Amino acid sequence: MRLDSDDFELFATERRFAQSRPALDARWKTLQGEVHPDRFASEGPAAKRVALQWAMRVNEAYERLKDPLKRAAYLCELHGAPISAEDNTAMPPGFLVQQLEWREALDEANSKAKLEALADEVAGHRQAALHRLETLLDIDRDFPRAAQEVRVLMFIERFVHDVDRRLDALEQ
Amino acid sequence: MTSIGVWTHWNNKRMVLLQISEPGGAPDPHQRRIAVGIDLGTTHSLVAAVRHGVAECLPDDAGRVILPSAVRYLVGGRREIGRSALAEAANDPTNTILSVKRLMGRGLADIEGRDRLPYAFVDAPGMVQIETVDGVKSPVEVSAEILAKLRQRAEDTFDDDVFGAVITVPAYFDEAQRQATKDAARLANLNVLRLISEPTAAAIAYGLENGAEGLYAIYDLGGGTFDISLLRLSSGVFEVVATGGDSALGGDDFDAALAAWALDVAGLSVETPQDKRAVLVAARATKEKLTGHDHAELACPLAHGELAVRVSRERFESIVRPLVDRTIAAIGRVLRDAKAAKTEVKGVVMVGGSTRVPMVQAAVGGYFGQTPLTNLNPDEVVALGAAIQANALAGNAGADEMLLLDVIPLSLGLETMGGLVERIIPRNSTIPTARAQDFTTFADGQTAMSIHVLQGERELVTDCRSLGNFELRGIPPMVAGAARIRVSFEVDADGLLSVSAKEQASNVEASITVKPSYGLSDDEIARMLTESFSSAEQDMVERSLRESRVDAERMVLATRSALDADGDLLDPDERASIDALMARVEALRESTDHHAIDDAVEALGKGTEGFAAERMNRGIRRALSGRRVEDV
Repeated sequence: MRLDSDDFELFATERRFAQSRPALDARWKTLQGEVHPDRFASEGPAAKRVALQWAMRVNEAYERLKDPLKRAAYLCELHGAPISAEDNTAMPPGFLVQQLEWREALDEANSKAKLEALADEVAGHRQAALHRLETLLDIDRDFPRAAQEVRVLMFIERFVHDVDRRLDALEQ
Repeated sequence: MTSIGVWTHWNNKRMVLLQISEPGGAPDPHQRRIAVGIDLGTTHSLVAAVRHGVAECLPDDAGRVILPSAVRYLVGGRREIGRSALAEAANDPTNTILSVKRLMGRGLADIEGRDRLPYAFVDAPGMVQIETVDGVKSPVEVSAEILAKLRQRAEDTFDDDVFGAVITVPAYFDEAQRQATKDAARLANLNVLRLISEPTAAAIAYGLENGAEGLYAIYDLGGGTFDISLLRLSSGVFEVVATGGDSALGGDDFDAALAAWALDVAGLSVETPQDKRAVLVAARATKEKLTGHDHAELACPLAHGELAVRVSRERFESIVRPLVDRTIAAIGRVLRDAKAAKTEVKGVVMVGGSTRVPMVQAAVGGYFGQTPLTNLNPDEVVALGAAIQANALAGNAGADEMLLLDVIPLSLGLETMGGLVERIIPRNSTIPTARAQDFTTFADGQTAMSIHVLQGERELVTDCRSLGNFELRGIPPMVAGAARIRVSFEVDADGLLSVSAKEQASNVEASITVKPSYGLSDDEIARMLTESFSSAEQDMVERSLRESRVDAERMVLATRSALDADGDLLDPDERASIDALMARVEALRESTDHHAIDDAVEALGKGTEGFAAERMNRGIRRALSGRRVEDV
């Protein structure tokens, strides 16, 4: 196990999309229990520096593994199908129309109830997209198509964020 | 025999007690470092420490643990701190500073309701100041008086120097407020081991005391600030999941709202500092009375007549309801950040004096659908948790009973074109953390780039707090958009941010460690220190020397243990070089030149860096394989 091991090696888990969140959480805490700089409070600066690097690396891997979207993007990258969202916007046909409808619905939503209904609808789509991703990544092992699905999910995630912001604004 | 050194065994988290015999020496009392937890509160402050394995608040001579956060300045540089100052607040309102925490790291324009406060504010750049009979005082100096008083209390208790302190701050304090708190500690001659959030400290004390496991919400409504934090507790690991709040909402605002209402009803107004303070004091007493009674009188004499208004609890509740509602809305935001449902919350821990208000308990209980936990002293629990963390960070025995996995409370980012903020590290990211993002130039032949570091959740630069600026120069001229500049943000376990920028093709780089422009400069600190501050009596040189010797001893002990455990990782040359460095430290340990000792300790640290990395790798392998030491 080295600092440059990939996330899956570091967390001693199979390189696949389907992961057990409780297992990841438990592994994260075990690893931090070993490497967190506070564990080396009575040691010299050298040990603390090394601990800092390790703790940052463990947190980085955990952030990526526990988030399905980041985990999927990472798997695509490891298998030579980078997401490159900034210059590749290819998405499955039909999703564009869906996008526009949601945007419109968000603009028109003027109550907490309507915003929450929209949030629920989007959450349903998110769940479905995650299921498709799991098949594409773990069974079909079709990484270029999985990358398209990741881009869809990135949109959904941003949209969820916008809905949350509107909810925050309503509550203030 | 000397030095019973206690050193945390780094692999299997068992304590290893080392006993190094050295004939003729006396036991060194400094082996156990005195580390304290300080709750520097808006209304009250406390100091606690772990003694005989148990955290406890330290009392003053009269047996009282609470020190009112009140400082009164008198002519000739004299001052009163605590109860005696508080007693004079209404008589001498301009020189008696209460709730100074609300002014920390704040400019005059930032302070809501400043017209209702009795002070003679001075609009200084960065942080507001107050004109007193003893000259102009910064909130940092006022806070330092309180901290120094608590440090003295601890030193009297232990008859020993305080090695360091964990000081609590509201989770929602921004960088400027945190830096101001650190500056105050420096002025009070306190070594800050770390600042931790008040709700986190409360969770540590509550969790360890009750063996709590699962997701807990800590609702902390103090005198001047409100925090809501979600923590996941499991066998000694305290994971902050999300945190939020309002650093300018607390019991003081309840008092102010009640006072404003009463004045309105009575058709009176307050103009003099005495009146301003008197009506706030009266409102606070009324509020406290309404905790146990259905009605109370709000009464005090004012310059233009007698204020006397009868208040029902119902009326009081309708007056403060908007404030309580603001806290409930913040809980919703934190749950969303945590992606957690309120039904997942196993317990709601109430902290802070203002949670004594029955309506607050009812509102929080109603929101979560469960009775909040009030079976702990809301005044003491924060200081106790801080003391436990301080003990751990000082490397004392029992340190590995707990591990705190903390987060940054506010997002960090930088300015991009059009005055927009690009977020690099989102709020509630677990620290330590490192993130990088690539940027490019926007003009042909652009050879410099300005990096402006910001903190906050808003999208416009003007709505966020500026943490610092630096420039990356010497970028080779290229067409717009061709340069690739990687900006890296790094937040260490103490929450300290460093930012660096590097052009990838040419490798030119620049970096800063962020110290916000709101903090005091080293010159200002030096000036305040020399201006006869209460800690000036300390013999700094003597103290440094003692600390250097303790560090040297610990370093040698740690190195020796590491060699015993993992010496097989070294080849004979490496081993010889470490042995030589260690011998050098031991030779200098009794010298009176603390610089020489520090240098030797540092050399040993540098010389063992590679060894430390190897040991860490071995530790990770062991942890992952789940095997015991003997099997690897």
